[in-house]
Amino acid sequence: MSSRTLAGTSEPLLRVEDLHVEFHTEDGVVHAVDGITYQVLPGGTLGIVGESGSGKTVSSLTTMGLTRPQGAHISGRILFEGRDLVTLSDAEMRKIRGNDIAMVFQDPLSSLHPFYKVGAQLIEAVRAHNDVSKSTARERAVDLLGLVGIPDPARRIDDYPHEFSGGMRQRAMIAMALANEPKLLIADEPTTALDVTVQAQILALMERLQRELGMAIVIITHDLGVVAELADDIAVMYAGRIVETTSAERLFESPQHPYTWGLLKSIPSLEGSRERELVPIPGSPPSLISRPRGCHFHPRCAYVQPEHKVVDPHLEQVPGEPDHHVACLLSPEERRGLWHALQEGRTPHEAIETVGLQEGGA
Amino acid sequence: MSALVEVRDLVKHFPLTRGIVLQRRFGEVKAVDGVSFDIERGETLGIVGETGCGKSTTARLIMRLLESTSGSIKYEGRDITRVKGAELKAIRRDMQMIFQDPYSSLNPRKTVGSIISEPFIIHRVESDKAARKLAVQELMETVGLNPEHYNRFPHEFSGGQRQRIGVARALALKPKLLIADEPVSALDVSIQAQVLNLLRDLQRRFGLTVVFIAHDLSVVRHMCDRVAVMYLGKVVELGGGDALYGAPQHPYTGALLAAVPVPDPARHHTERRLLTGDVPSPANPPKACRFHTRCPKAQERCSVEEPLLRVPEGGRTEVACHFPLTEGELAQMGVRSAG
Repeated sequence: MSSRTLAGTSEPLLRVEDLHVEFHTEDGVVHAVDGITYQVLPGGTLGIVGESGSGKTVSSLTTMGLTRPQGAHISGRILFEGRDLVTLSDAEMRKIRGNDIAMVFQDPLSSLHPFYKVGAQLIEAVRAHNDVSKSTARERAVDLLGLVGIPDPARRIDDYPHEFSGGMRQRAMIAMALANEPKLLIADEPTTALDVTVQAQILALMERLQRELGMAIVIITHDLGVVAELADDIAVMYAGRIVETTSAERLFESPQHPYTWGLLKSIPSLEGSRERELVPIPGSPPSLISRPRGCHFHPRCAYVQPEHKVVDPHLEQVPGEPDHHVACLLSPEERRGLWHALQEGRTPHEAIETVGLQEGGA
Repeated sequence: MSALVEVRDLVKHFPLTRGIVLQRRFGEVKAVDGVSFDIERGETLGIVGETGCGKSTTARLIMRLLESTSGSIKYEGRDITRVKGAELKAIRRDMQMIFQDPYSSLNPRKTVGSIISEPFIIHRVESDKAARKLAVQELMETVGLNPEHYNRFPHEFSGGQRQRIGVARALALKPKLLIADEPVSALDVSIQAQVLNLLRDLQRRFGLTVVFIAHDLSVVRHMCDRVAVMYLGKVVELGGGDALYGAPQHPYTGALLAAVPVPDPARHHTERRLLTGDVPSPANPPKACRFHTRCPKAQERCSVEEPLLRVPEGGRTEVACHFPLTEGELAQMGVRSAG
């Protein structure tokens, strides 16, 4: 499998080009998304990984046209089947949203209306884009609930959301998203609020549906395990930018960005020695109003060099890996040496010595 | 030396009532339903399980934040199940808790200094103001906060730093037992590791006994010497971390481990066996073995006779199951560390 995140031969379903999303607030301009480019092929899965405030959710909400009411300043292009969604009117956007592109949110309880039966909300989703009778829409709604694995759907359709368990609510949300057989499903932390056994069920469900319906998926998550299970390609976001993007295999095999290393080394593993120390990323993510100069990651980066504090890196291809792009000012040789040392269980401090870098950019 | 805490047949049922003025009982939620285990001195005991399994209730019962319905809790050999007043206060000094949400567990109107010095005031230690301030600043330094931020308010700190404030407050009275209830689940991945390292480091430094409650199995494995797996108010498996993760015996433990997504696409397997359905309601749990409704190995005996927690022949953990997992089954379930 090769990475097709940035450019490729096949016609992409969604292509986001140099997207900027800014919010003007009393405290200043929030640069939520700062020039990101990615694409999703028909039937493919892109995983967007990042922590709180990395811009991963805002970029997807913008694709759905949902940041407009918040007064977002949007520039760049979002090409969906060749049409630029940024230039569409609200009415045109409404025809696409929930029809060609659908979204599943993190919290299934607050995404369902508590006063209406699950069925009524599903029927509404069906009828919003199809001129069908209520009874036809109801039949479709029952089918959808069955499709997402809710037992006895003909009866459960008349339940209220509170009568569903967390996992069932998320299934209902997915059913609603599938109502009009979207070509693209955006799932924003779809399993974060769920228990691990239920999470495994939902991930398996999404994979099955993708196989059966052939839709493309953008999955947004902070959980590297979840993207490893689901995604073909992965984009790692930090402070509003994509800092590294490649195929899932490459990202876990030879990650290039110190932030990606940090993420991989901060998660405890189910196997291996318990004595393995976690290597946290020091500090916390920057404010998106006043970002650090130079590389945005430099205040937290163990391998920072003097010029990294002034030069702003751009996504560049990793030599020898056509589908692997990284925004890092370290040389490819230095990066290879550092990751190799980290893999051997050395601390960042020791790793720096092995490649002969100056610590702290002194 | 005996265990620091001995929990025996601990039960907590929450009544379900109807009506506002005349409350009638019509049932009860069996949050914790007969749980027994020891907490050894200096160890980290992990409690894992899904939502509603009773892990937080168990912690709150040990802390005496909730009154148990029946059963006993012994602390240093003394029964503390019903102690009150000054006696209870004295015990509370030895047990401290860190909570999940670093936003709602700190009073937003108090400065960090006064939040951390509160335990000193309540228990009348360090009554001299200057000495107290010094002690608080030392604590702040211990947990990796800048002591100069003594007069700042919680909102001026990030989530990870707030959790450090919670840790400092819990350590103020030099407790013997620290109960951490999902201490990192509200934090971002990179910050999680900072707090986990801090807790591990503090435990080594002060020889703390820790009860670590979490739903994240990898985090629990990293932190804990022994692990108890709970399901619907019962401990279903209890044992050393390596044994339990390496060769789980209870089908539920096996299913939990198989469900964890692995950050390694090369190991991706869709064909692993998944548990079906949801956890049943603790107000009306299944009879006998509570897992039999979802268990792939369930037989008739499981719905009639309740299995007791014991070490089966050749087993390395205590397990409450009539038909513990075999090695072949473990491999089939896709439990990664098996074999």
